[in-house]
Amino acid sequence: MTTMPASADTHTYPYYPGCSADGVGRGFAGSLHAVFERLGFPLVDLVDWNCCGATAWPSVDDSQALALGARNLALAERARPGSEPVDLVASCAGCYRALLRSAEALARGPTRSRLAGALEAVGLAVEGRARPRHPVDVLVNDVGLDRIRAAVVRPLTGVRVVSYYGCQLVRPLSTFDDEHDPVSMDRLVEAIGAEPVDWPLKTRCCGGSCYCGGPVIGAMPEATMQLSYLLLREASRRGADVIATVCPLCQFNLEGFQDQMARRFGHPLDVPVAFLTQLIGIALGIDDRRLGLHRLLRWRPLPIRTVEPEAAGHARR
Amino acid sequence: MAEELTARAPSLNGGPRIGVYVCHCGLNIAGTVDVQAVVEFARTLPNVTVAREYRFMCSDPGQELIEQDLREGLVNRVVVASCSPLMHEATFRRATAEGGTSPYLFQMASIRELVSWVTADPEDATEKAKAHVAAAVRRVALHEYLEPREAPVHPDVLVVGGGIAGIHAALTLADAGKHVYLVERESTIGGHMAMFDKTFPTLDCAACILTPKMSAVRAHPNITLWTYSDVVEVSGYTGDFTVRVRHRPRYVREDLCTGCLACIDACVHKQGKVPDEFNLGLSKRKPVYIPFPQATPPVVVVDPESCIWFKTGKCPQTCVEACERDAFDFTQTETFDEVKVGAIILATGFRTFDPRRIPEYGYGRYPNVYTSLEVERLLNAAGPTAGEIVLRDGSRPTAIGIIHCVGSRDVRFHAYCSRVCCMYSLKLAHMLRERTGAEIYNFYIDIRAPGKGYEEFYDKILREGVHLIRGRVAEVTDEAATPEEEGHLVIRAEDTLLGMARRIPVDMVVLAVGLEPQPDTEDVRRLFNISCGGEGFFTERHPKLAPVSTFTDGVFLAGACQGPKDIPDTVAQAGAAAAEALAMIDRGAVALEANTAHIDEERCSGCKTCVGLCPFSAITFDEERQKARVNEVVCKGCGICVAACPSGAAQQHLFTDEQILAEIEGVLAYV
Repeated sequence: MTTMPASADTHTYPYYPGCSADGVGRGFAGSLHAVFERLGFPLVDLVDWNCCGATAWPSVDDSQALALGARNLALAERARPGSEPVDLVASCAGCYRALLRSAEALARGPTRSRLAGALEAVGLAVEGRARPRHPVDVLVNDVGLDRIRAAVVRPLTGVRVVSYYGCQLVRPLSTFDDEHDPVSMDRLVEAIGAEPVDWPLKTRCCGGSCYCGGPVIGAMPEATMQLSYLLLREASRRGADVIATVCPLCQFNLEGFQDQMARRFGHPLDVPVAFLTQLIGIALGIDDRRLGLHRLLRWRPLPIRTVEPEAAGHARR
Repeated sequence: MAEELTARAPSLNGGPRIGVYVCHCGLNIAGTVDVQAVVEFARTLPNVTVAREYRFMCSDPGQELIEQDLREGLVNRVVVASCSPLMHEATFRRATAEGGTSPYLFQMASIRELVSWVTADPEDATEKAKAHVAAAVRRVALHEYLEPREAPVHPDVLVVGGGIAGIHAALTLADAGKHVYLVERESTIGGHMAMFDKTFPTLDCAACILTPKMSAVRAHPNITLWTYSDVVEVSGYTGDFTVRVRHRPRYVREDLCTGCLACIDACVHKQGKVPDEFNLGLSKRKPVYIPFPQATPPVVVVDPESCIWFKTGKCPQTCVEACERDAFDFTQTETFDEVKVGAIILATGFRTFDPRRIPEYGYGRYPNVYTSLEVERLLNAAGPTAGEIVLRDGSRPTAIGIIHCVGSRDVRFHAYCSRVCCMYSLKLAHMLRERTGAEIYNFYIDIRAPGKGYEEFYDKILREGVHLIRGRVAEVTDEAATPEEEGHLVIRAEDTLLGMARRIPVDMVVLAVGLEPQPDTEDVRRLFNISCGGEGFFTERHPKLAPVSTFTDGVFLAGACQGPKDIPDTVAQAGAAAAEALAMIDRGAVALEANTAHIDEERCSGCKTCVGLCPFSAITFDEERQKARVNEVVCKGCGICVAACPSGAAQQHLFTDEQILAEIEGVLAYV
């Protein structure tokens, strides 16, 4: 998908943090920086970035929402002059999708001249070099599983990880994995020595898009609770030690309301939900605080086995 | 210029006298074109002595108009302004010949396909029709008096593909006394039908009705059966094709093997070793094997990919020892045969849709999700489970879901209906219920049962208590929403009759996969010089009136290679293809186009450009005179030499420069 830069060890990626990086996604942003740095691909925050244009804006004025994303793409191109493509890493799945939408609109959308005009008014332009990339895509396809495997100092042996991809990571505009049965996160889980658990709800909606401000006080609490609960129940049933997510909204939504759900649906729930980059960070031997593990609400030490017992009997794909 | 050209035309009874006949084609033409105005215009054109209109020129009275004017000497050349040459050129050439002259003193003006069907404004259409008539009139004035030519037809026929279509076509031809070469890629004939258990709607045992025909093929003195073979080269043309066939080595001599199967028992592998292709990988076979008990010919095959002898050179060869007829020959290599045939029937069949392309249905992910073809094998008494419905995990199902339209009627994959899936799904519902007593749930979009006895079969299945749920399935999952669902596969679908979402827990899912073209359709299409439609099935000459012919004369289609078809339709079409081939052979000759090339020796500089270009080797070089010469019997009229000749010496009958220029002038002079 992407050509590896000539001096791969010193390659840096421009990084779009998004609004959650300072809020519910602090653990994600922190662990992401730490992991990429450790692997030799440091992320550099985009200077003067603005809202990605996700949230409720598209339903108010779609071209304004697209223009917001377009400005971030233009900033990324300006930060990396030349003729090479610019891979702008966006970690929040909502930002990733919003930026993909802007890139698509700039390339071939009906409003592309309006968008270009809006950028021109603030002294910016887009050549089409900026390509939004999600860290999962970059880790699997640019950094590579071999490099990650080689950097592991503390394999997460025996830890059963259910990967939750969420609704926006592999669709609608993303192309790096299958939209119904993606495998990228599972391959990363395998690379850090943990045990990927197959399940059918990898991309089923967590309810995060049905509300603003949490499932209990949000717009559609019943629907949201039900959707999140189904995911948690199925992950518990499959014996997940931890659910790995790559979207701040998913993580917060799945982790934050387990007690309410247990009361509401009469089924005990207690599943840690972490960012995949936090799990990778643990395997790479990065400090817990740097990974933001203390920010998780249900965190407990992973049941890492020291010796792989013979014929571990878990059904695998 | 035009007058000068007209003056050079051959004089027939004192120069050209052209009859123009404008067809109404009901309202097809007359609804848009002012036919009367076109006729009046035609009367003003040079050399036109008669101009008439008629409602249907292709009808007998219409043709009679032409014949009578010719006989009475009113005209000696004919222009018909009507549909298109593809439709009726042959008709009007015949009428012209009936009138007592050369059929080539005729030219068609296409004012339906090129005018009335595509031009909305009546005035524009009328003017355009006049231009086409003017062009045809100028052109036909320069046509030469040419005699029709014929070429003899070789009486043998090639049938490609040994499924039920190829088998039926071959037997029909052979019974009529024609020699047939039946070429099959696999080691046995029988095709997909041999894999089925029962056939709808009569529930005949597929093998019971197929294997007698397979044996008949093998025993028929008029059929040369070449299995494990493929066609690699085709040259020539209708009535006279040359076909090269490759025979792949089976490492067992077909003339010696009796199919006793002692070698299979004797193989050093005591158990099957590699996935059995005929059972779709549901069982394993040995490196020496036969696909199924009634394989025809009953000759074993050695698979060098898995045979120890081929892989390591070290094997006690217990199979060879066990063979009483010394039939093994590990030194076999590919061999080739070259045969002449007059006609070719393509019956190359289909493949089933690969449901891995729809990951939400879980095929390849959940072991108890099967394709319908796999279930046919499970149900078959000669199949991997001897007809018992035992799942991949060893259990027996108590609830089974059958999902219709997998890959069909789905714009993501194939927009078309595969035609057979509804009926075979109902058949599988019946069979599975009979064998297992399980609850059966069929998920369908619409039930399509438009055949003889089909709707009645559907009714019978409904009465048997099979559940039919109208709704396209969203997904197959092993996520359990209730304790009852645990340990089951759950089919999620919207029941559009109840108006609610449903979750049905089952133990087995059957995917009714659609039919699609064979993966190598494009290669086969090229090999036989025919065309494919957008979906990749071979294109028939006319969807209604020439359903088994192709645009290449002498090449016919039978079965699902032309489009999804059930067995009755396939057999009917195979019979039709055989009849078309027979008609051609028994006529003994095929009419050849008159548009052959010839060399104007005065202009030929002897550069030999044309000699090497001719794809039919029809051009020789006369060293003594230093001139090229066209053998007009061999020439197919492709026109390559005419286009390539630097001095304009190569000319083609019916396509001379003068004729083409006159036609262009006709259009331009009018406009």
